[in-house]
Amino acid sequence: MTATLDGAASTETATAGEIPTFDVTLRIRRYSPENGPEATWEEFTVTAHGTDRVLDALHKVKWEEDGSLTFRRSCAHGVCGSDAMRINGRNRLACKTLLKDVNPDKVITVEPIKGLPVLKDLVVDMEPFFASYREIMPFLITNGNQPSKERIQSSEQRERFDDTTKCILCAACTSSCPVFWTDGQYFGPAAIVNAHRFIFDSRDDGATQRLEILNDKEGVWRCRTTFNCTEACPRGIEVTKAIQEVKRAMITRAF
Amino acid sequence: MQTHQYDVVIVGAGGAGMRAALEASGEVRTAVISKLYPTRSHTGAAQGGMCAALANVEEDNWEWHTFDTVKGGDYLVDQDAAEIMAKEAIDAVLDLERMGLPFNRTPEGRIDQRRFGGHTRNHGEAAVRRSCYAADRTGHMILQTLYQNCVKQDVEFFNEFYVLDLITDHDLSEGDVPDGEEVNATGVVAYDLATGEIHVFQAKSIVFATGGAGKIFKTTSNAHTLTGDGMALALRRGFPLEDMEFFQFHPTGLAGLGILLSEAARGEGGILRNSDGERFMERYAPTIKDLAPRDIVARSMANEVREGRGCGPNKDYVLLDLTHLEPAHIDAKLPDITEFARTYLGIEPYTEPVPVYPTAHYAMGGIPTNVDAEVLRDSHNVVKGLYAAGEVACVSVHGSNRLGTNSLLDINVFGKRAGRTAAAYAKTATFRDLPEDAAARTVAQLDEMRDRPDGARVAEVRRELQETMDANAQVFRTGESLAQALDDIRGLQERFKTVSVQDKGKMFNTDLLEALELGFLLDIAEVTVVAAINRKESRGGHYREDFPDRDDTNYMLHTMTYRRPTDAPDAVDGTVGEYFDHVESFDGYKVVLGSKPVIQTRYEPMERKY
Repeated sequence: MTATLDGAASTETATAGEIPTFDVTLRIRRYSPENGPEATWEEFTVTAHGTDRVLDALHKVKWEEDGSLTFRRSCAHGVCGSDAMRINGRNRLACKTLLKDVNPDKVITVEPIKGLPVLKDLVVDMEPFFASYREIMPFLITNGNQPSKERIQSSEQRERFDDTTKCILCAACTSSCPVFWTDGQYFGPAAIVNAHRFIFDSRDDGATQRLEILNDKEGVWRCRTTFNCTEACPRGIEVTKAIQEVKRAMITRAF
Repeated sequence: MQTHQYDVVIVGAGGAGMRAALEASGEVRTAVISKLYPTRSHTGAAQGGMCAALANVEEDNWEWHTFDTVKGGDYLVDQDAAEIMAKEAIDAVLDLERMGLPFNRTPEGRIDQRRFGGHTRNHGEAAVRRSCYAADRTGHMILQTLYQNCVKQDVEFFNEFYVLDLITDHDLSEGDVPDGEEVNATGVVAYDLATGEIHVFQAKSIVFATGGAGKIFKTTSNAHTLTGDGMALALRRGFPLEDMEFFQFHPTGLAGLGILLSEAARGEGGILRNSDGERFMERYAPTIKDLAPRDIVARSMANEVREGRGCGPNKDYVLLDLTHLEPAHIDAKLPDITEFARTYLGIEPYTEPVPVYPTAHYAMGGIPTNVDAEVLRDSHNVVKGLYAAGEVACVSVHGSNRLGTNSLLDINVFGKRAGRTAAAYAKTATFRDLPEDAAARTVAQLDEMRDRPDGARVAEVRRELQETMDANAQVFRTGESLAQALDDIRGLQERFKTVSVQDKGKMFNTDLLEALELGFLLDIAEVTVVAAINRKESRGGHYREDFPDRDDTNYMLHTMTYRRPTDAPDAVDGTVGEYFDHVESFDGYKVVLGSKPVIQTRYEPMERKY
């Protein structure tokens, strides 16, 4: 446990066996086109438990205070990719961010991810994001006859692209990228990560086509290696490294 | 309001829905309607693997897999369906590999396999390596691979569209139709979350692949969105739900949170221990110990806790011990679940055992189908143009307890079959007229919910439902606890009529949709409990402390639950079934039980020992 939580918890009179609780204030960016053109900030204070995540606090607001607060979520443990948002200025999954880890003594700010049109509160339009993903041909492309059994792939070959198979398409990386913020045409890190996943798959024969697409003026070369994407990835994918590997593959045509 | 016409409409974009879409969309005009973006579906949370007797690492065959599935399901499995699943498993895995799924590999470069609960060599001799896997994120890889192939095939999706009604030419909830008479599914009504607009889809074939209903329980591995929508819509149109009393509690949920830790942890050598440090599964399942089927392990854990051998300050969980495994092995085979332990409980699994307790995981029951995924409207008549696959369906390949990995298998085998059958039927069928007011019921329901002034809060009613289900209808059940649950549900159904939402807008009104989802949950919990009250025996995932033995003489039958008008006869299929003659009245309708024979082929029911 962090010192922060201990500090917060010690102010409560915790009876044996009971999980300590603390109050936390969320400052949430609100916007609804049905309520006017301006986005506003709204603060809510809720009581949370030691193991609660930001998503739990958002649910408390929605379920107990203001039902109109709108955000996406599903699995609630970091695998479905629904609830990427900016928490204290950093892209994270709300369901994977424990309150105690973002200093609940201070107000926690929650905003929609940047660079995609905000539709309502924390909900953004994901279509441009998925359009980029679709453009890099995110599927296995093979030549020749289909084998009657499985294709053979060594553990080393499988390991080569393991990191980028972890992507859950949450857009935390893409929407943390300053190039993506200023240039909506840039493919963005997530699309490149998913291209990497196939370019370095020994079973795939489509690398040349994909590299051609990514060699476009809005492709990999726009990356300025600011590493925001790597920091943002809730799956721990080395996103910047993957982008660099794609750049190198483009020059050397070795993959 | 918008209207659409497609040959095949698939509802749900998880594994089963997308597998069906890959089959159907190449043949006929197909749309997939999903309340989530496809990659958000809960198939992606599955971890451990997908069993198929590839025999890549040791001797194995589909007959052993069939036997394990039948025995695992405590003999309530339809054996013809289990045999199909075990046989087609091999192609299902190879299909996925060819689509690009990055399976872990053997030293020879073939698909690697590992041990999993209840999967044995030669009818129970020892655990067998049958589960094909990609680390502990096999479901993620399946979901991504299927979505990737849907992109490749240009499958048409309607994302964040909630299907809120099923349109048929006979509403069986208003009364039975004669045996043999044709009943057709003709369309669905959907709500576009982004705009609040209603869309009516007319279709020749409709495939329900909407997943489970784990949110009827409080402690669950299931996503917030698993609210039993498809099951409830079928029930409301008078179609039966089969074997709803059988719900699986996965042994290893993170204590207090319910987040799933894969059985692969035990497949890779993890051990469950009580407060004495004892490997207690040696007492309950001497041969395969920690790799016994989930119902047995979950019950054993709950029993340890009940008898005072639980761990922690409240002695309310047991420990999953991985500390004897090499950290490198854990990183290679179980990276995600060990990260869950670190993230959510601050536990380092290399050095500390992980607190675990059973978590509501999987509905064995669902919409009854035959092996071609055609939906049944009673024990034998099919509904024309209606199909179901995956957790929403009950084929029944899982009987009273599903084996680990068999759900990823189920969605692939029966998703594929559903897609094929639906497309084949659509090629021969014509569109049937929809009633002019096809959306009227849905619009009225939405308007009423949105316009209702102050009332009970959705979250409050839902929490009370989940609490009574956890307290009264979980791993251990009695006639008394179930009666309490039903009583509570009746009260909550009444309060649901007063629920109001605060968000009165049209755009992204998730407040409104959560209210409708609560309605689905209540209906599913209701039939789950009614079916559990009637089954006065213990079998698989349904354990009655007041009837602790399996009773093949009277209960070797599938339970069918029907919603009927209050003045309808207390009979379905024309007869009142002995031991399945239970009827429960609610305000404005009643739940009538019936039964369906279990199909036995090779295996005589035996005592279930591991």
